[in-house]
Amino acid sequence: MLSVSNLSCTRGERTLFSGVSFDLKPGQWLHLEGSNGSGKTSLLRIATGFTPPSHGCVSWKGQPLTQVRGAFHTDLLYLGHALALKDELSALENLQADAEIAGRAFVRTDAVASLQRLGLRARTRLPVRVLSQGQKRRVALARLMLQDAPLWVLDEPFVALDAQAQDLVAEALSAQVQRGGMVLFTSHQAIALQGRGERYRLNA
Amino acid sequence: MNAFIALVQRDLRLALRRKSEVLTALFFFVVVATLFPLGIGPEMGILRKIAPGILWVGALLASLLSLGRLFAADFQDGTLEQMALSSTPLPLLVGAKIFAHWLLSGLPLALLAPVMALQFDLEGAAVQALVLTLLVGTPLLSIIGAVGAALTLGVRGGEVLLSLLVLPLYIPALVFGAGAVEAQVSGIGYAAHLSILMAMLVLAAFFGPWVCATALRVALE
Repeated sequence: MLSVSNLSCTRGERTLFSGVSFDLKPGQWLHLEGSNGSGKTSLLRIATGFTPPSHGCVSWKGQPLTQVRGAFHTDLLYLGHALALKDELSALENLQADAEIAGRAFVRTDAVASLQRLGLRARTRLPVRVLSQGQKRRVALARLMLQDAPLWVLDEPFVALDAQAQDLVAEALSAQVQRGGMVLFTSHQAIALQGRGERYRLNA
Repeated sequence: MNAFIALVQRDLRLALRRKSEVLTALFFFVVVATLFPLGIGPEMGILRKIAPGILWVGALLASLLSLGRLFAADFQDGTLEQMALSSTPLPLLVGAKIFAHWLLSGLPLALLAPVMALQFDLEGAAVQALVLTLLVGTPLLSIIGAVGAALTLGVRGGEVLLSLLVLPLYIPALVFGAGAVEAQVSGIGYAAHLSILMAMLVLAAFFGPWVCATALRVALE
């Protein structure tokens, strides 16, 4: 369980948000909403342990994040604004490098299957450089289907995707929630997800 | 350990597909080492005397050239974030990046050095000293440089700052590296210099990756 209590974030003189508290229990999703500049990405970076909060605390399974960093990172799948793809490598090579560097097993057939599901069948061997923005995002999102981390933290997973890919991603999120995982994500779109969950609005 | 090998492999593969970056540094070394004999003229005595210093400074500047990109590329495309969030310890991954950097910049320089030494009419034993000290010294340069690169990551004008930060820290390596060749030429032998370089390398290899990892976490905040 990820719980965030009384979190606040200051950038310079400005307070982005304060008093943010929520719990994310297994089998739940949380859709973080807010206008541009309201601190959604900052909140995600605090929740993943990149940035220490100005105030408040984040805990994973009842323990403060700073104390269980290693265990937390094994349980976490994070997709940020930057896609973490190397332009020179192909989609498959990217997924392989990503898994092996993180110390996860890489099963080639699974990776090919997930790329196929995302409609990149003919492009698994092309360098990512030649793919379109949306296709690059699809490659990055293929990780969702390859990793069984209990907690997913996704920053704008639906941006730059066509309707079909959006459905696929929504499906993947619903599946994650249904098998008892947790999903914390930001999006400007209204996304219909199955399973229990709620929306949390950050006020600028 | 598998993660270490995987990251080294990935960096080597990236370098293979982006050859110009590696070759630029090597070419720079060759040009610098060639300009001096041309500028000074065929005065064997002087050339022999200045050879160790010039070759070492050339190697040092060449390894500095590729340092700016060491973490910057991973930082920009978000791979560094994923590394920091992975269950593999970050210092281990940083170690892999430094090792790959050395394989691509330091090792080729050390192997090219004997050819460059021909232009300075260095004798056999001195060339041997040069290659050995470069083999021990260039990884030291990579580690120190990586610390500088991690500290200046994401800073505006980081490249210039990086040189200002790292070049003074290269001085001990330069003194003992070039000193070893001079010692050999003057007949004292280079064993002592080489031992000191090795000691510095061991120390840097032990602490460097941790310092880098901490600096990278700060840069990612």
